[in-house]
Amino acid sequence: MNANTSVNSSDTLTVSSGRPSEPQRPPRKRYVFLMSAPALLGLFMFLVLPFLMALGMSFTDQRLLSPNATEWVGLRNYDRLLNISWLVQEPVSDAAGNLKQTADGELVYPRLRSVLRNDPEYKDFKEYTHWSFDNKRVVLLAKDPSFIQSIINTLLFVILVVPIQCGTALGLALLINQKLRGIFLFRTVFFSPVVTSIVVVSIVWSFLYHKDLGLFNHYLSAMSFGLIGPVDWLGDPDWAMPSIVLMSAWQAAGVQMLIFLAGLQGISGDLYEAAELDGAGPWGKFVNVTLPGLKNTTIFVVISTTIQAFGLFTQVDVMTRGGPQGSTSTVMYHAVTKGFREQDIAYGSAISVIFFLAILAIALLQKRFFDKREDA
Amino acid sequence: MKHLRKLGAYLFLLLIGYVFLFPLLFMIMSSFKPEQVIFADLYSIRAILPVGDLTLDNYRQVFEKSDVLLYFRNSILITSATVILGLFVNSLLAFTLSRMRWSGRKYILAAVVALMIIPIEAIVVPLLLLVSKLPTIGWEQGGFVLMGSWLNSLEVQILPFVANSFFIFLFYQFFRDIPKDFDEAAELDGATPFQIYRHIIVPMSGPVFATVAILHFLLMWNQYIWPIMAVQGEDARPVMPGIQIFFGRQTSWGEIMAYASFVTLPVLAVFLAFQKKFVSSLAGAGIKG
Amino acid sequence: MKIMKVSLLSCAIMTTLTLDVSSAMAAPSEVKLWRHETSNIKEIEVSKATIERFNQSQAKWHITAEMIPEGSYTQTVTAAALAGDLPCVLDMDQPVVPNFAWSGYLLPLEGLLSKDALNGLIGSAKGTYKGKVYSVGQFDVALALFTRQSILEKYNLRQATFEQPWTKAELLDALAKLKASGEYQYPLAMRTGWTGEWYSYGYAPMLQSFGADQIDRDNYVKSEGVLNGEAGLAWGAFFQSLFNNEYVDRNPSDDKGFVQGRAALDYVGSWEMANHSKRWGDDLVVMPVPDFGGGPVIGGGSWQWGIAKSCSNPEGAAAFVDFMLQPEEIAAMSVATGMIPSSPEAAELTDHYQVGGDWRYFYDFTAAFAELRPATPAYPIISSTFEKMARNIKDGANVQDALDEAVDTIERNISDNKGYGFN
Repeated sequence: MNANTSVNSSDTLTVSSGRPSEPQRPPRKRYVFLMSAPALLGLFMFLVLPFLMALGMSFTDQRLLSPNATEWVGLRNYDRLLNISWLVQEPVSDAAGNLKQTADGELVYPRLRSVLRNDPEYKDFKEYTHWSFDNKRVVLLAKDPSFIQSIINTLLFVILVVPIQCGTALGLALLINQKLRGIFLFRTVFFSPVVTSIVVVSIVWSFLYHKDLGLFNHYLSAMSFGLIGPVDWLGDPDWAMPSIVLMSAWQAAGVQMLIFLAGLQGISGDLYEAAELDGAGPWGKFVNVTLPGLKNTTIFVVISTTIQAFGLFTQVDVMTRGGPQGSTSTVMYHAVTKGFREQDIAYGSAISVIFFLAILAIALLQKRFFDKREDA
Repeated sequence: MKHLRKLGAYLFLLLIGYVFLFPLLFMIMSSFKPEQVIFADLYSIRAILPVGDLTLDNYRQVFEKSDVLLYFRNSILITSATVILGLFVNSLLAFTLSRMRWSGRKYILAAVVALMIIPIEAIVVPLLLLVSKLPTIGWEQGGFVLMGSWLNSLEVQILPFVANSFFIFLFYQFFRDIPKDFDEAAELDGATPFQIYRHIIVPMSGPVFATVAILHFLLMWNQYIWPIMAVQGEDARPVMPGIQIFFGRQTSWGEIMAYASFVTLPVLAVFLAFQKKFVSSLAGAGIKG
Repeated sequence: MKIMKVSLLSCAIMTTLTLDVSSAMAAPSEVKLWRHETSNIKEIEVSKATIERFNQSQAKWHITAEMIPEGSYTQTVTAAALAGDLPCVLDMDQPVVPNFAWSGYLLPLEGLLSKDALNGLIGSAKGTYKGKVYSVGQFDVALALFTRQSILEKYNLRQATFEQPWTKAELLDALAKLKASGEYQYPLAMRTGWTGEWYSYGYAPMLQSFGADQIDRDNYVKSEGVLNGEAGLAWGAFFQSLFNNEYVDRNPSDDKGFVQGRAALDYVGSWEMANHSKRWGDDLVVMPVPDFGGGPVIGGGSWQWGIAKSCSNPEGAAAFVDFMLQPEEIAAMSVATGMIPSSPEAAELTDHYQVGGDWRYFYDFTAAFAELRPATPAYPIISSTFEKMARNIKDGANVQDALDEAVDTIERNISDNKGYGFN
């Protein structure tokens, strides 16, 4: 991640003595070519080229398979993905001007769908959500509400999982950084979920999360003396994503734990001694020595965890298939559903492009944020 | 006082350890139990103990109902081929980037670093279309023929994952810090760059090769999103899509746990055997990257 | 004699090896076959045995088979077709046949197969598109409502008959009684955990019995008012109530509820008959599906076999399909799996389905209640949209919104594909 510094420092290293090496130039060039070509070819073919293809295809109506010819459609895919609009509705009133009400006393609005379908300006829009303000209803519209929902779900996942996972990892690292006999055993234990595939973990946790049989509900009910009823962890739209967050953090925290551990061990003991002389307690040492000492490590951990979190797919595919009611559909899940399962590869490509730009933007933002903090 | 604190620390570690170990132990133990026993043991400590009538029936059923061994073999082939090719290809590029001077080197290095940010997920959809159009040379009825595509093959799971910018970068960092004196001396003796790579750099770079091998191994063994798209026939199917399909059929939990254990145990075994290496690799990769 | 498919990378190394193999290659030409990987192991075993018998019976062709997972089978075939990698012979769920035919990957079977084999089949064993047969099946299946005599007696429920199926009210009444007894946490098993085509196969007939449909069969481009009209709304409300009242488990942990006695009723296809009767014996009762207003409806058309246009040995492929359609082979499939044989001759060779046989009623259900799924190339998108919609309704979504969203998705896809040939 610290690309610039590495490039610069390498230069000083490669500037060797002023020894002339001209006679060796031609054959060396060939070696450079032969030795770097395989990896460069691989990177180009399977990373750069597909990305360029995605960019190009996102302006067409390319299908994975269709007897119809592919055509340019301009920005149609992006328009469908990102176009958002709104609409204000007045409640329905009868001839006398009285507002109509349902039996529950709620106001009645014209059926949104008929309104949208009959207005050319709103033809392709669908409701994403709505709010009511004194007798008016504001409806937020999108051309692909599932995609908007997928973005929100993905952001929710990232916002929840990054602090939980990084926090857990730091906690674990501090735990196993103690000088206790047999501590390495615990390091192994905390790390073991990482070597277990996320597919396997998702399957095992599906069982633990099960509404009727699962252990979570059993413990919950035992600890609350039966007061907290069974939660349908993966079946309840409000709980499905948090459940996936918890499992994901549990599975992957081991990696970040090791990175934090290496960071902790890189902090010089002298600093702690100096802090102790200044009369700092354990908390003071943590805040004034440990945290600043872990700064670079933290930047790396947060950025890499964030990027990984944006790609959430496997857990969703195995455990919930985007449900219930789209509450766990993510950007990647939407891309695979549209681009592969529904074979609209152009649409999937447009999602991939947006996905990449978002990751790029967030990585740059995070880096700037941490750099600024350093200056301050 | 000190003893008490120590005891407290151990108790806390044990509690957290239980949280981290429970699902794995539960999976492995359940794989040896009939379904009724799994449910009976579920809410007691027996859930993670090898007690009661243990049986291999679940495993027998899994082997009968699913071609696990084939998938297992595929995963091993894919993983080992990718890792071996990757070690070679990635370290070679890193060598030219870190120890040879050539025009354009800086740009290539910057490009490699920039590519590290593209996650595989961002390109799977167009990659699918790309590989579906790439021809392979096939052998049919006594002659070479160009066959339709790479889909449903082992190579479609290997070749796209050989070159990896992150691994190139790890190699680059390690090679860069090896003192130059060795290769300069060798160069004066007329050694070619490849000889310097082969006889000087590689022997001195054991740790980074181990790191990359382990990381690449984990990455490949756990492949999921790509094979579910590019490989659907069972001939080339690896283990992770295999278990997902088995899970989707909703057969008994005992069998699912047996399947899960079977695909996990080898990795767990490798992990336990090379634990120190594993841990230092991952930590090192993080702190340097 | 497997085709040697070697990558660019390894072909250099392999060349010598493959040359040796080629010189040893004997007469039979290879014919590749795909079939979907069902959880019904016997079905796969019979298929494998049929292939083995065919390979033994003659020396001209050799079938090599590969299993493809059922959940993503349609995508697989599409992806393979795109790649020009289709096998010669493949099985397909009958409703996707029009799509495959429209896309141009199937050969019409008239003229390829023997006339006798084709004419001997019952109607729902043939998949047609624009008047031509593109697929043929060895079996069909029928939806039914399974229960047990002891349960009917204990809860004083009427046994539904072919002439007089349960009405919606009777079904709801029975469910309420069973639920109230406390004996069954979820009295009805409905396989909501299954993915893929099951949702359309299993639940669209209910929708049709309510008087709605997935698409307007007069034009195959409009779904507005057909899926999301009054009748569709009634179906959605009913479907959702099954889960809200906990009559059916929203996310079942397995599909063994009825066999293990945890569910009193099982709404599933006749392919479970063998399992059910093995478990419950004489106690088992098979009833027709309920009548929700428009008469009982079940899906027609099961997995069928077709021949790819890209096949280089269509005669070999046809020879194998002819072989599969022999009464003995059809009967073997039926005997092993309990499926309804697809020809009268074959039926007579089975104990269960011959006239007077103990499972003959499935025949009668198929004959009387079967409704084919929409014969349009848009069917795959209709089916996957319907599945997503039904899942959302199951999980508590607003019924009208879910139906509207499905209509929009279906109509947008059809218009993006220029009507799939319909206008």
